[in-house]
Amino acid sequence: MPIFYQNKEIVTPGDLLAEGNYRAGRNTYKVGEKIYASRPGLLEYNEKEVRVVALNAFYIPSVGDLVIGKVVEVNVNGWVVDINSPYLAVLRASDVLERSFKPQRDELTEILDAGDLLIAKVTSFDRTRAPTLTMREMGLGKITRGQIVKVTPTKIPRVIGRKGSMINMLKKETGCRITVGQNGVILISGRRLEDERLAIQAIRKIEHEAHTSGLTDRVAEMIRREKMKEEPKHDTESL
Amino acid sequence: MTQRVYEKLIDEEGKRVDGREWNELRPIKIEVGVLNNADGSAYIEQGKNKILAAVYGPREAHPRHLTLPDRALLRCRYHMAPFSVEERKSPAPSRREIELSKVIREALEPAIFLEHYPRTAIDLFIEILQADGGTRCAGITVASLALADAGIPMRDLVVACAAGKVGDRIVLDLNDVEDKEGEADVPIAFMPNLNAVTLLQMDGTLTPEEFEQAVNLAIEGCRQIYKMQKDALKARYLAIKKEVEEQ
Repeated sequence: MPIFYQNKEIVTPGDLLAEGNYRAGRNTYKVGEKIYASRPGLLEYNEKEVRVVALNAFYIPSVGDLVIGKVVEVNVNGWVVDINSPYLAVLRASDVLERSFKPQRDELTEILDAGDLLIAKVTSFDRTRAPTLTMREMGLGKITRGQIVKVTPTKIPRVIGRKGSMINMLKKETGCRITVGQNGVILISGRRLEDERLAIQAIRKIEHEAHTSGLTDRVAEMIRREKMKEEPKHDTESL
Repeated sequence: MTQRVYEKLIDEEGKRVDGREWNELRPIKIEVGVLNNADGSAYIEQGKNKILAAVYGPREAHPRHLTLPDRALLRCRYHMAPFSVEERKSPAPSRREIELSKVIREALEPAIFLEHYPRTAIDLFIEILQADGGTRCAGITVASLALADAGIPMRDLVVACAAGKVGDRIVLDLNDVEDKEGEADVPIAFMPNLNAVTLLQMDGTLTPEEFEQAVNLAIEGCRQIYKMQKDALKARYLAIKKEVEEQ
């Protein structure tokens, strides 16, 4: 059962990755016993599975995902939400309100209007119909403050890091609250604009260097360096 | 402006009008990810050809009635810039460009997992900035890179190359003069890992033996370009990796 590339090696679509009794994981496909790559990315494998971590991809909704989206349309009984995916999502009014929705009583634009940003969870999706969302859970709802950064959805696991190492470091070092949407949209809200800027800069670096190793340390170092640069400036301002 | 008239397309030493051997490709330069606004993009220079490709999607298809219930819609536009040829080309799509758009779309469709993304559209734009023969082939080569760069799942990269008959010889990768003055031209698009041909055309006359020779030669050319394609796709990420390691 040979594997034709090294772990973490960059592969391109059509590359024959492995032959034999493996499971074809993400971004691969199987023809007979042969497994090929379907996206450019880094190869990862173990005894059971061969998969590719894509370098660039788009978001395909999956039930239970936390996503950050933007209202693009207000309908009679709900909203249409852009969730940074090929498919627009539907958010029904009954999935937002704590009580049942009565069209004669509730004005939907007062709850959410076109252009509003929100945090929601995917409740269903099967590619034949639009994905549906809900906001009736803790931590979900309309976004009122902070900044938004977009990264390619496959790099979200890198932003979170192993067991949340990267995201926890980011939160600690910048003092920002960071909400990561599985669709590649990240919400950052901090006490100061500088903190938010620093967090965004760090996330940009993570996205840019996602396919390299030792990233958490490098990002931590960058944040400390930037903070050092910032400190003296504040002193002069206060004088 | 007067075009130079060549007495012979192949000289006594077997050299072609641009000094190439019969089985030699034009110099190729490929770059991936050149446009920030597009989801995926690529640029190729093959001899004097300069071609840019951009991909958007998969995204909501507009107008809505075009969407397919079982797969994504691939829309392709092959377009030559007015300044791409010596005599100004009208920017309106010509008969030839409409046909080439269709032919290129059909050459790429088998490579893409369109059935994974029903009800969406993938828009592909191929812009010929400078033309010197073989633009459909270079267009397919660069378009498949733009698709891969956009993160669209593909069975294989599609690579295209032409062979033809010039001055009684079968030669690889015809340029504009050879295409116009020569006897025949056989463009082929090919998926090397799957060993599948997705486009095969012929313009001119060839005997069955010559045709077979031309096909084999063109596929050999495809394999050479395929290597450059893969390198170009990896280059951007390898450069970042190297940069990081040097720090």
